[in-house]
Amino acid sequence: MIHRPKPERFRLRRTMMFMNAQKPGLIKDAYIYGCDSIMLDLEDAVAENQKDAARFSLYHALTTIDYGDTEVIVRINGLDTPHWQEDIRVCVAGRADGIRIAKCESARDVKTVEAAVEAAEREFGVEVGRTLLMAALESPKGILNAYEICSASDRMFGVAISGGDFRKCMQTTFQPDGVDMLAARGQMLLAARAAGIQCFDTVFTDLDDSEGFEAEVRQNKAMGFDGKSLINPKQIRLVHQVFAPTEKEVRQAEKIVRAFREQSAAGVGVFTVDGKMIDVAFVPGAERTIKLAKACGMYKGDL
Amino acid sequence: MEILKPAVAGTLESSDAQVSVEPGQGIDLELSSSVMNQYGRQIKATVLETLERLDVKNVRITVVDKGALDCTLKARVECAVFRSCGQSAANIPWGGAVR
Repeated sequence: MIHRPKPERFRLRRTMMFMNAQKPGLIKDAYIYGCDSIMLDLEDAVAENQKDAARFSLYHALTTIDYGDTEVIVRINGLDTPHWQEDIRVCVAGRADGIRIAKCESARDVKTVEAAVEAAEREFGVEVGRTLLMAALESPKGILNAYEICSASDRMFGVAISGGDFRKCMQTTFQPDGVDMLAARGQMLLAARAAGIQCFDTVFTDLDDSEGFEAEVRQNKAMGFDGKSLINPKQIRLVHQVFAPTEKEVRQAEKIVRAFREQSAAGVGVFTVDGKMIDVAFVPGAERTIKLAKACGMYKGDL
Repeated sequence: MEILKPAVAGTLESSDAQVSVEPGQGIDLELSSSVMNQYGRQIKATVLETLERLDVKNVRITVVDKGALDCTLKARVECAVFRSCGQSAANIPWGGAVR
C-alpha cells in the first residue's frame, strides 16, 4: 500500500483538476499533468448506478497509485443522497488528503461530514484529524452562510464556488466580464479570508475559448483567489503562469523577509526597504510570494 | 461470499475490464484480453487472488480485459461480487477483504 504523507492544511493550490473516479484510464496517470491537486469525483461525473463501482476504483487508485506531490482530494456526493456516508468511509480508508463537500449550505453540513470523517478515522485506524475538508458553495444560501461554513472546523482548508449550479439558482448565465458572479465571488473571498482559509474559483467549461479563459483567470488572481478548479489538463499551464509572481515581486519579497529577520533580531519593528515602510504585517505576504516562486521554479535561494 | 445472482462491473473502454459473475460450481474463469500474450497469466492470478480474499468458492466468472491495471481488475472483480450479493452500496470492508 502506498504511504501518503500527512496532508498539509495550507499548501499551494493554484490548480485543482477534476477527474472521474470511475474512469481507470483517467485516474491512473493523473499526476503527470503537474496540477497542484487532483479532485477525484464521486459526484456528478459518476452515473447514479455506478456509485458503488466508482468507490472500488477509487479505493484501489488511492492505495496503489503513487501521486507524488500532487494532492488528492475526493468530491463526495451531497448530504441529500444515500451515498455520502460510504463515500466518506472509502476516502478515509484510502487515506485521501481531503474531502470536498458538495452543495454545502451551512456550518451544520460541515459538522455532519466532520463527525462521519472522525468516525471513519477511528474505524480504519487513521490518525484523528488527518483528513482535511473543503466546501463547495453552489447556492445563494451557501454564499450567504459562507463565513460560518469557512470557520466551522479546524479541518477546513478552503472553499470553492461552483458556477454551474450557482448561476442556475440566480437565473443568470455565464458573462465574460464575470458580473454574473461578482457579488458571490466577493462574498466568498471575504468569508474565506476572515476565517483564514483558502478560496478557489469555479471551472471554465468552454475549452475552445482561450481568451475568455485567460480573462477569467486574470480576474481570479486580481480578486485574490488562491486557485481555480479545472476540467482539462490543457488549462493548467495558463493558471500557473498567471498566478506566478513577477521577478520584481520575488526580489522585493526576498528583501522584505531578509530585512525583517535582521531587524527583528536587532529589536526593530518598523523599517524601510527601497524607501517603503515595512513591518510585520508585510511578512506573511512576502513569504507566500517566495513559496509561490519556488513552486514556479523562479526562486532557488535559501529562504 | 456466495454468488447469489448474475452481476456485471466495468466497461469495455481502454484501460478497463468488464467482469461478469454468476452462480457456478467451483471457480470457472473465462478470460479474454487485448494483452493476453504478455499479461494473461498475471491477470488470471490477480482475479483468482481477489476471489480468494473475498472467500468466493463457487463462481462462473468472465473477464474481458482491455489493458486494465491490476488495481482496476481488482476493483471490477470486487464490485461484481459485492453486487451479486446485493452488498455493493454500503459497509464495504475497505482495507480488510477489499485491499
